[in-house]
Amino acid sequence: MSYLPNVLFGLLLVGAIVFFIKNLNRIRKNILLGRHIDRSDQKSERWKNMARIALGQSKMVRRPIAGILHIIVYVGFLFINIELLEIVLDGLLGTHRIFAPVLGGFYDFLIAAFEWFALGVLLTVIVFWSRRNVLRIQRFWKAEMNGWPKWDADLILYFEIVLMTLFLAMNAADYALQLRGAADYIVAGSFPISKFLVPLFETITTPNLMVLERTFWWMHIVGILGFLNYLYYSKHLHILLAFPNTYFANLKPKGSFANNPMVSKEVKLMLDPNADPYAAPADDTATDFKFGAADVTDLNWVQLLNAYTCTECGRCTSQCPANLTGKKLSPRKIMMDTRDRLTEVGMHLEKSKSPSINDGKQLLGDYITPEELWACTSCNACVEACPVDIDPLSIIMDMRQYLVMEQSAAPAALNNMMSNIENNGAPWPFNNQDRLKWNQN
Amino acid sequence: MTTENHNKIKIMEVPTVAAMAAAGKKPDIVFWVGCAGSFDERAKKITKAFIKILTQCDVSYAVLGTEESCTGDPAKRSGNEFLFQMQALTNIQVLNAYEVTRIVTACPHCFNTLKNEYPELGGNFEVIHHTQLLEQLLVQGKLVLQGGSYKGKKITYHDPCYLGRANQVYEAPRTLIKKLDAALVEMKNCKSKGLCCGAGGAQMFKEPEKGNKDINILRTEEALETKAEVIAAACPFCNTMLTDGIKNKEKSAEIPVKDIAEIIAEAQDL
Repeated sequence: MSYLPNVLFGLLLVGAIVFFIKNLNRIRKNILLGRHIDRSDQKSERWKNMARIALGQSKMVRRPIAGILHIIVYVGFLFINIELLEIVLDGLLGTHRIFAPVLGGFYDFLIAAFEWFALGVLLTVIVFWSRRNVLRIQRFWKAEMNGWPKWDADLILYFEIVLMTLFLAMNAADYALQLRGAADYIVAGSFPISKFLVPLFETITTPNLMVLERTFWWMHIVGILGFLNYLYYSKHLHILLAFPNTYFANLKPKGSFANNPMVSKEVKLMLDPNADPYAAPADDTATDFKFGAADVTDLNWVQLLNAYTCTECGRCTSQCPANLTGKKLSPRKIMMDTRDRLTEVGMHLEKSKSPSINDGKQLLGDYITPEELWACTSCNACVEACPVDIDPLSIIMDMRQYLVMEQSAAPAALNNMMSNIENNGAPWPFNNQDRLKWNQN
Repeated sequence: MTTENHNKIKIMEVPTVAAMAAAGKKPDIVFWVGCAGSFDERAKKITKAFIKILTQCDVSYAVLGTEESCTGDPAKRSGNEFLFQMQALTNIQVLNAYEVTRIVTACPHCFNTLKNEYPELGGNFEVIHHTQLLEQLLVQGKLVLQGGSYKGKKITYHDPCYLGRANQVYEAPRTLIKKLDAALVEMKNCKSKGLCCGAGGAQMFKEPEKGNKDINILRTEEALETKAEVIAAACPFCNTMLTDGIKNKEKSAEIPVKDIAEIIAEAQDL
C-alpha cells in the first residue's frame, strides 16, 4: 500500500506526457501538410537567430515594459523547472526533497531563488492580467480576440497564478512542518517568501498540516501536468515553438519576397523561342497544383509552424497601418485563422481517414476575406514587430497570388494597373517611348 | 532659384546606355529612373534633382531610357507573379546585354526588387539607393554639403518601408540631412517602427479598403507632430502620399515635402 502514491504518480506522469506527445504529433503532422520549403541552409546563422530572438528575447524588449515583465516570467519558468525535476523524482521514488542532502547549502540558495522567482512570476502575471483587464490595452481588445481567444489568454494567467500560489503554499506548509520537527520533513531549504505564510497554519494540527502539505504538493504537480496539456488547446504553444520558429525563420531581407518557382518555369518556357508549345507537361506538374494559396495546404510548412507559434500578443496588429486606420486586416487574425483552419483540416483528416481534405471549406473566404488581403500595404511592420519572427505578410501575398492568378479577382483598379504594365511597361497608361521625356521642361 | 535654372536648360542632357554602348563606352553606374521618376509629374522633379547632383559630382552614369520597363514590383505585390517575372526577365535581358554591374535608383521599390528579387532570376547587380550613392559621394569628398537654405531648419525624415524595414537602410538619408546643418527631428514611429505612407503593396494604384482614416493622413499627422518645417522623403510614392496628406491638412504653403535629392540639389543651388 505504501507504494500507492508512487505508482499513482508514475501513472499520472506517464499519462500526461504520452497525451501531450500525442498532441504534439498531431501538430507535427498538420505542419507537414504544408508545401515544401528549404530552410536547411545557413545553420549557424539560424542557431544565432534562435539564440538571440527566442532564448535572448531580443525582440521582446523592443517594448520595454512588456519585454521586461515577460523576461521575469520566462526566466522564472525556466528556473522553477529545475525544482520540477526534484518534484518528479520525489514523486516517483517516494522521497522528500531528494536534492537537499546532495546539494547541502546550495539547496537552500536554490529554494530561496525559486521562491523569489515564484513571487516575481506571481506579481508579473497579476500585472499582465491588469494590462488586459484593467488598463484594457487596445491590442488585447481587437475584434479577433472576442470569445475564446480572450478567455484563453486570461485562463493562462489564472493557471500561472494558481501554480505559483500552490508552489509557495506547499513550501510554507513544508517549512511549518520542519519548524515543528515533524517526522519525514527534513530540515532543508530557505523560504524567504513562504515563511510569511507560516502563521496561517498555526491553528492546524500537525497531521492535518501534513495532509495539507501533500494536497498542495499534489495539486501543484497535477496543475503543471494539466498546464502542459492545456498548451495544445491554447495559444500558449509559443513557449516551445518559438525556438524552432526562430530557427526556421526567413533570413533574407524582409523586402525579398519569394519568387514562385512554378511561375518561373512557365515564364521561362514562354520566353524561350526554342520551347515546344505542344510538349507534354513534365511529370511534376501535378494536376491539383494551384498558383498561390487558397487553403492551408497551399502554404508552406514554415508558414504553418508560424501559425501554431503565434501567441496572439497583437504586436503585429498594433503596428499594422491598415489596422490602425480601421481596415479589417489584422495580421494576428491571419495567423489565428491559419491555425484554426489547420486544426480543422487535421481533425477532418483524422476522422475521415482519407487523404482528401475536401470538407467544403477553405482558408480563403471561410476564414480570411479578400477585403482583408487587399488592405495590406506589404510594409513589413507586422513581421518586424513579431517577437518570434512570424511572417503574416507571406501568407497574405500567397493568398493574393491565388486571387489574381487563379481567380482573376483583383480589384478593378489593380487590373488596370497590371494591364498598363503589360502593354506599356509602366503602371500608368503612358507610352514607353516617352520614358525619357522627363528631361524636357 | 530653381525656376531660373530650369528655364535655361530646356532639355537636360542625359546619357543613355544605348548611346554610350554605340560609342564603345560603358557607364560606371546605371541610373534606374523607374516609372514614377519617368512619368509622374512630382517624381520627375526628383529625377532632375538627382541628375543635377550626378552631373555636378561628375559621376559616370547613364539611363536606359526607352529600354527601361517597370521592375514588376506592383504586379508582384498585387499577386501577379506571372507579370512580375515576365517584367523581371525582360529587364534582366536588357541589363545583362549591356553588361550592367551597378545600378542606382531613387525608388525604393525598384531598389528592393532589383536588389533582392532579380538575382534568383538571373540578374546579379550591385544595387544601391540614391541616398546611399549620395552618402558614398559625400565620403569620397565628391559631394560637399553645406546647409544653404536648409541650414538650421527642422527636417523630419519619413522612412520608406522598402528602404528601411525591408532593407535596413536607415542611416544614409539621415547622414545626408545632418550634413546640411539641419535639425533632424524624428517622428514617434521611425526607423524599424516607421509607419507606412499607405502606398506600398500596390495600394498606390487602388482605392483603400473601408476604414476610418487614410494611412497617409495618419502618417502626415505624425510628421506634423514633430513641428518640422520640411518633410524629407526618399521614395516617389511616399512623396506623393505625404504631399497629399499635407494638402489635406492645408499646410502645403508652409511645409514642403521634398526628396533628399531635391533638398541637396537646392542646398547646393543647383
